[in-house]
Amino acid sequence: MTSRPSPTTTREGGPSGRSNTRIGVVTFPGTLDDKDSLRAVRLAGAEPVSLWHRDKDLHQVDAVILAGGFSYGDYLRAGAISRFSPVMETVIEQAKAGMPVLGICNGFQVLTEAHLLPGAMLRNDHLHFICRDQKLRVENAETAWTSDYSAGQEISVPLKNMDGRYVADERVLDELEAEGRVAFRYLDKNPNGSLRDIAGITNAAGNVVGLMPHPEHAVEPLTGTGRTDGLGFFTSIIKKLVNA
Amino acid sequence: MSLDTVKHAAETPDVAQPWKELGLKEDEYARIREILGRRPTGAELAMYSVMWSEHCSYKSSKVHLKQFGEKAPANDAMLVGIGENAGVVDVGQGYAVTFKVESHNHPSYIEPYQGAATGVGGIVRDILAMGARPVAVVDPLRFGAADHPDTKRVLPGVVAGIGGYGNCLGLPNIGGEVVFDACYQGNPLVNAGCIGVMKHEDIHLAKASGPGNKVILYGARTGGDGIGGVSVLASETFESTGPAKRPAVQVGDPFQEKLLIECTLEIFKEKLVAGIQDLGGAGLSCATSELASAGSGGMRVELDTVPLRDSSLSPEEILMSESQERMCAIVEPHHVERFLEICEKWDVIATVIGEVTEGSQLEIFWHGEQIVEVPPRSVAHEGPTYHRPFARPSWQDALQADDAGKLARPANGAELREQVLKLIASPNQASKSWITDQYDRFVQGNTVLAMPEDAGMVRIDEESNLGVAMATDGNGRYAKLDPYTGAQLALAESYRNVAASGAKPLAISDCLNFGSPEDPDVMWQFAEATRGLADGCLELGTPVTGGNVSLYNQTGETAIHPTPVVAVLGVIDDVTRRTPVAFAEEGQLLYLLGDTREEFGGSAWSEVVHGHLGGMPPKVDLGREKLLGEILISASRDGMIDAAHDLSDGGLIQAVTESCLRGGKGARLVVPDGLDAFTFLFSESAGRAVVSVPRSEELRFNDMCGARGLPVARIGVVDGEEIEIQGEFSIPLSELRTAHEATIPALLA
Repeated sequence: MTSRPSPTTTREGGPSGRSNTRIGVVTFPGTLDDKDSLRAVRLAGAEPVSLWHRDKDLHQVDAVILAGGFSYGDYLRAGAISRFSPVMETVIEQAKAGMPVLGICNGFQVLTEAHLLPGAMLRNDHLHFICRDQKLRVENAETAWTSDYSAGQEISVPLKNMDGRYVADERVLDELEAEGRVAFRYLDKNPNGSLRDIAGITNAAGNVVGLMPHPEHAVEPLTGTGRTDGLGFFTSIIKKLVNA
Repeated sequence: MSLDTVKHAAETPDVAQPWKELGLKEDEYARIREILGRRPTGAELAMYSVMWSEHCSYKSSKVHLKQFGEKAPANDAMLVGIGENAGVVDVGQGYAVTFKVESHNHPSYIEPYQGAATGVGGIVRDILAMGARPVAVVDPLRFGAADHPDTKRVLPGVVAGIGGYGNCLGLPNIGGEVVFDACYQGNPLVNAGCIGVMKHEDIHLAKASGPGNKVILYGARTGGDGIGGVSVLASETFESTGPAKRPAVQVGDPFQEKLLIECTLEIFKEKLVAGIQDLGGAGLSCATSELASAGSGGMRVELDTVPLRDSSLSPEEILMSESQERMCAIVEPHHVERFLEICEKWDVIATVIGEVTEGSQLEIFWHGEQIVEVPPRSVAHEGPTYHRPFARPSWQDALQADDAGKLARPANGAELREQVLKLIASPNQASKSWITDQYDRFVQGNTVLAMPEDAGMVRIDEESNLGVAMATDGNGRYAKLDPYTGAQLALAESYRNVAASGAKPLAISDCLNFGSPEDPDVMWQFAEATRGLADGCLELGTPVTGGNVSLYNQTGETAIHPTPVVAVLGVIDDVTRRTPVAFAEEGQLLYLLGDTREEFGGSAWSEVVHGHLGGMPPKVDLGREKLLGEILISASRDGMIDAAHDLSDGGLIQAVTESCLRGGKGARLVVPDGLDAFTFLFSESAGRAVVSVPRSEELRFNDMCGARGLPVARIGVVDGEEIEIQGEFSIPLSELRTAHEATIPALLA
């Protein structure tokens, strides 16, 4: 995928310099962390583009982020309704063709509902919403979204969800482990009962990544938990797209 | 029975009406007849009964509340004052901030989850109705004894409700309080606050003017929830063909509210509304009468066009329904099409239900027949006013004479150590993170400070780093001992918390939680507290921008402690200069600012160690609070301090423990000359803070305090892995952490 010239670059680039990379962030009804993802994209140096759930057109973006929140109120199941929205038709098609897609929290739930990633998220084992600073280990630093990290690197990013317990059957879990597709694992304390401490996974091609914690809330020393450990997701994808 | 139309009412003056069951007094009913020149229709009676209720009319409290206006300090920052949905304050750079705290006490006791959830929803719509984007919420909460079985029913439900609703709205929860006291056992206090931000030119007022303008109801369909006493009327006036018993507590749908917020903001952005009002207590009755009353007066509503969830609802029920997630807008005819388009984009149902008229009456029709014809002001603004009798309670003197100074004090270092651990592990002083971790404090990516910091702080402009801070405080124990002083202490603490974060306090909102106004003891507490608050605000220069009164918080004859909760809003020009509470840098010097006296009345120590409540609360010196605030703000701006923590309940040792645990560093403290270790650690004297000063700034900081006449004492240094009080005792951080953090999960998880 090549980057395209953009008519309106919103601001000077961030750490990785100016870039014409366009990264879309989808807003479903009930999406909450879309502005945060747009900000993270901007701070990393790419051009953020808002995508609307009813619009199939991806507006020439090079990658898509499905942001956190409670799309469609999490009614039925988290992500179950969003998965059928018009924008997702194109996202699913493009993801299968290799376009990088990152699903954060509710976005991860949408990706599993769309069968772009295996498994599902159940209610946290303690049955409460939990908001905390979460330590993770980056297990796979070769995906489109993690190349700026090193394998085994420990990072801290905010976690905040109600339905964050990752489950899949044993065969799938074994397969994910064997293929190095467990992208992130919870450290110190498993916050929700996720099987094998899995916090995030990738597809076999490495272009589709989903995780429950929120890297977009760890991009400025001033906000979130005061760390910038999450910025690597956004700089990784920009480098990947610029060098493609 | 046929419809009770205006015509029918005029022809049948002698029909017996259930005014008493609706909570109206005989003279109030007589007054309604006088205003209308006939008996009211069923629909009119329903409207008056809810709008003249204590909750909507402030009939017992308003003679006292008017002091907030009369004694308001001259303040250029006030753009909109009391009377609107929420006051509006100028925070500079073209921005204005609106904020308010409200109560949802009674519903939360009956149904903790929905009661608390809809409390959040209501305050957020209030802020939205001013034209502001809601940017943060706070929740001051009070429950019965922490180990009481019913607390385990109420608290988890309330917390889950706040989280379940607030987390779905995408608003960070940045502060509040959690307090336990047996006096709240049958009357938990669930207060909810919200901050909203807008540009000056975007302020919207609740007013319907311009004949021909359309009245648009948008948001959720209207259902039978939240209809309190009106079901009495429905069942008496009509044959009970519909569902009989309605839940009195409303049921919330945060997803709908999120859509309503985004939809409304887009409507504001295109400047499509002439007036707007949220639907909260008293539903459409309130919205239509208030909008019409604030405008030229005339409005015509076709009630049968209101979209319903339940087609069997009577017109009275539709008027009274408190179904959540609804707003009412006044829109010029040429904007209606675009307005409806935006609603469609967000999947929000919108219906033109009426229009502003040339007349002066609020007229409501049901399938072409008129069921309401009232002067809207008489419903919305001319309710009854009571001068309730009040008198200093007979027991007040004895309570104040029961001095906490006579309580046995720890005799040596070992006893001090034991009492410190007991204090910081007590439910009121223990860490509340088990609760606050159920709220999303990060969403929107602008949260600079959140609990357990002294104040919550959000950035409102990413270019300039302009931010606002808010703290909420109240201490029912102090207010019980002396309501005047107790209200001022709540104000002082909240003011101090905002200043400690580095922000300049600008204005306040309050939530006044009291017992029954029909009890002269309670009414005296209320009169004293409002007088104290009004005097205090005048002295501090922080006007009251609005607030809420919750009365009848009592079980049988026993009222709650008088509990005025004060929310102070502050502004900070550059949020990167904020001051956190954490002691994070080894070697920095700890300074105690202010005077420490032997003040233990109402203190956490007297409660935890002796189960005692008596004597006088700490003295208030608002001049000193102002000076302390100025020092804290200057020191923050000029980089003279790296951490600050206000001193309040639990005293110095509570503050130092919290700051050490937050920063993961220990402290070595020395008792200053002239103080004994016990008073040093546990006194709750007001007007104090502890700060962490880099060694390079020590001289400059001391010079500033000296020049401005603020007493300061160097009390120690940030160091090591324990808190040591030299010559007395030491406690490892790990032991402190376990004591401080294990209590709440053990009681509630």
